[in-house]
Amino acid sequence: MTTLVTLPVLLPILGAALTVIFARSAMVQRLIGIVVLACVSAVAAILLVAADRSGPVVVELGGWPAPVGIVLVADRLSALLLLVSTVVTLAVLVYAIDQRISDYGRDTASTTFHPIFLLLSTGVSLAYLTGDLFSLFVAFEIMLAASYVLITRRTNASRIRSGMTYVIISLTSSLLFLTTIALVYASTGTVNLADLANRVAELPPGLRTLLSMLTIVTFGIKAAMVPLHFWLPDSYPNAPAPVTALFAGLLTKVGIYALLRTQTLVFPGAGPSAVLLVLAVLTMVVGALGALAQNDLNRLLSFLLVSHIGFMLFGLAVYDAHGAAGTALYIVHHITVQATLFLVGGLITRRTGTVSIDQMGGLARRSPVLAVLFAIPALTLAGIPPTSGFVAKLALLQAGAGATVGTAVVAGFVVLASLLTLWAVVRVWIRVFWGAEKEPLPDADPTDELVVGTAKTSKPMYVATAALIAVSIAIAAAAGPLSAVTERAGTDLLARTPYLEAVLG
Amino acid sequence: MTTTPEKVPFEQWDAPEGEWTLTGACPVRTNRTLLLEAATRFLFPTILVFSVYLLIVGHYAPGGGFAGGLTAGLAFVLRYIAGGGSEGAEIGSRLQLRPPVLMGTGLLLATLSALAPVAFGAPVLTSAKISVLGVEVVSSLVLDVGVYVLIIGVVLDLLRSLGSGIERDAEESEGP
Repeated sequence: MTTLVTLPVLLPILGAALTVIFARSAMVQRLIGIVVLACVSAVAAILLVAADRSGPVVVELGGWPAPVGIVLVADRLSALLLLVSTVVTLAVLVYAIDQRISDYGRDTASTTFHPIFLLLSTGVSLAYLTGDLFSLFVAFEIMLAASYVLITRRTNASRIRSGMTYVIISLTSSLLFLTTIALVYASTGTVNLADLANRVAELPPGLRTLLSMLTIVTFGIKAAMVPLHFWLPDSYPNAPAPVTALFAGLLTKVGIYALLRTQTLVFPGAGPSAVLLVLAVLTMVVGALGALAQNDLNRLLSFLLVSHIGFMLFGLAVYDAHGAAGTALYIVHHITVQATLFLVGGLITRRTGTVSIDQMGGLARRSPVLAVLFAIPALTLAGIPPTSGFVAKLALLQAGAGATVGTAVVAGFVVLASLLTLWAVVRVWIRVFWGAEKEPLPDADPTDELVVGTAKTSKPMYVATAALIAVSIAIAAAAGPLSAVTERAGTDLLARTPYLEAVLG
Repeated sequence: MTTTPEKVPFEQWDAPEGEWTLTGACPVRTNRTLLLEAATRFLFPTILVFSVYLLIVGHYAPGGGFAGGLTAGLAFVLRYIAGGGSEGAEIGSRLQLRPPVLMGTGLLLATLSALAPVAFGAPVLTSAKISVLGVEVVSSLVLDVGVYVLIIGVVLDLLRSLGSGIERDAEESEGP
């Protein structure tokens, strides 16, 4: 059983190695990628059931016990997020494979794409599972190094420029993270999260606050929390649709997960955190208003992503079991829906030959399938009942309304940001799908992978997108059991004892 | 029946078969440094042996797969600088092995060695002492060997893409 915990990390590395070795055969590469991710999804599902039934599954790497050695921990929260992330990654991989087949032909193999894609998945899995602050850093580095490659490959000068913004910001946050780890280690003498949970409590309050704030800033950059969000709308839209979908779905959520884990386990507070509440409001409002001002479809979606990071921060800021549960549920919902929206954005771009909303129009008549594929995730993002967005927002609102007056006020901002989100996506709907039909633009730059004007779109790309929509509908359908699991996960997070006992024994 | 190998005269017994200097001809004659080429001839095998020493000693003393791999990589870098031109770096032209395959093999070896203890009922990444021909060897050496191979692959790939790739581009742009 405990060996299973290591598989989500080791299998993708194994897959990456095999895809490098078999770089000549495109078919083998694709098969390896899909099989590996399918296996990891299955493992994650088993882990979730096991963690839910009998508490966190812990493995001590190399047999070294906890405070000394590195542990991997799959508790309810990490197993659940691992499962959703891997399923989304799998769907995105299918989409990416078929986009590559449509654009470059069936036999085009690559020595970089598949290995790097799988390594990214390794990084994400390790970030969810690790019970050690330094291996969390390693996980982030694996993830980021892979994302640097994905965001800058097959691109042009202007996109390299915006890719550089991403690389520099990420390196800065990594440096900050490393500094934080050094400070934590210097003051406590350990980097094991469970051990830290006990030792940080003995530190002077000033030092504790400093370390806590440093982690908030570090993970805040990765999660694109306002005012540390500026890099995201500038860099994410500049990658091909599947890559953007993956980044938007997973990378920012890993930041939120790290924030949730460290804030509840290592730096537990006594009540709603005013700082985080203010940051949550700022993130929600700035992101939503930014989205309303955009004409570029992908930039608009990126700003909406920033806005919804605020929702997850809010759940964390409420700082009780319901809030943490709401955040967990919201992450699950948002990983799926945001990835779907970017994939649909890619499909729209292939159909119209542009990312500019002004130059689109009347797409509903020309491509009704696309209209449906956009409408469902867009309404889900806005949180219209009975979608998964509604379920997740309801959990957050209930948590906010039930805590203090301050959180109830912020809950009002959640409703406001939801309305602004609805406004933004309805504006897209009206201008892209209704109105006079506009001719698709020809492909101006054939070497450009982002805007593939009126390219042929293969069926599996639609199927992969539809599959993600099905996942999001399934989340809504299974809202009862799922929110029960997240509620238990939230209780675990706040109680801390299940995690501490599982790791330290 | 066994065929006896042809007897080699004593003077030729240890004589190098190829040319003394590296075969990769320097495209620009004036850039050639004979001293470096001759030194490389001595240093290249020496550095490689030293890198293997670092690899093996790594469990108890400074060294290990990463340090060893980098040292071996430096030997190839030296050869590339001395040999000049794109030929010197292209070890693949002799080995028939592309650097990415080397990287993949190293990674595969390392991952499998991490998973192997599970077969013996121990947690992932557990290391054990094994006696091989009376010498005590730690099983985590396999992981180090994987890293060693991986790093050599990385250095060779860097030489191929950044070294000879850039050189080829420069030659093409300067060409007639």
